[in-house]
Amino acid sequence: MSAQRPRLLRRIQGLMFKLPLMISCEDFEDFILDYLDGTLPSRQKFIFEMHMKLCRECREYLEAYRTSLELAKSTAQEEAPKQPVPEDLIAAVLAARKG
Amino acid sequence: MDDLLTALQNGDGERTQSFVREHIGWMLAVSNRIMRDPHHGEDAVQNAFAKIFDKIGQFKGDAAIKTWMHRIVVNECLMLMRKLRRTQTVMVDDLQPMYDKNGCRIEEPWVTMETPESLALQSDTRAQVNKKIMQLPDNYRIVLVLRDIEELTTLEVAEMLQVSEANVKVRLHRARAALKKLLEPLMRGLPE
Ligand SMILES: [Zn+2]
Repeated sequence: MSAQRPRLLRRIQGLMFKLPLMISCEDFEDFILDYLDGTLPSRQKFIFEMHMKLCRECREYLEAYRTSLELAKSTAQEEAPKQPVPEDLIAAVLAARKG
Repeated sequence: MDDLLTALQNGDGERTQSFVREHIGWMLAVSNRIMRDPHHGEDAVQNAFAKIFDKIGQFKGDAAIKTWMHRIVVNECLMLMRKLRRTQTVMVDDLQPMYDKNGCRIEEPWVTMETPESLALQSDTRAQVNKKIMQLPDNYRIVLVLRDIEELTTLEVAEMLQVSEANVKVRLHRARAALKKLLEPLMRGLPE
């Protein structure tokens, strides 16, 4: 496994992200939810995508975030519970209905 | 449809039984996802059916009956959680992304990243993902389950939890970030 972004590069990027139309990785993080929901206003979307082009860390982070989200969503495809529905639960529901 | 509703309202035993058998499986899956333990999951389903039979006369047929029932199960789960006082705030700070003092992200480089498609081919992926979701504290897990898995809207989740939409969004993002951290070994293709 290779090392994290070298400290010097991080310092240069830290300065660069203070320029106009630039945001820090921390600000980038706050835009992610709205970006994925498609509700980010166009100016912010431009700034967000610009940061993504310049920052490999955030690009990879977002990709992993999306993959993780896809994996979470895929658990819903489990139509039926693994164990069959307990018969006594069905009986209890029906008994309660009869009153 | 009207025929079924009438039968249920009139307490037609046979139709009621087949109705319960048709729906109880997915309802239990939903409540187990929210309640996390099967015992409370079953309690919530029982409460939900009681509510459904009680309110079936008010169902207007403007939405699909399954959607209507889904909201009822979710609500019953949340009511039960409140009753069990399982809504305390637990932090997930240690699973959040890290930055240096300039606000630059500190992220372990991704040499390889598995795709959802490649992971889907592995038989136990879903179980592993489920296990990680269950590791999230309730106050974050519920928001993620309701919005990303049960596919409710932010507004619906906010109303059900009686919090603001902004609160739901903050919690959802932190829950997703925490889950991403928990799923890293799986996505990096590293055995645990
Ligand atoms: Zn960045």
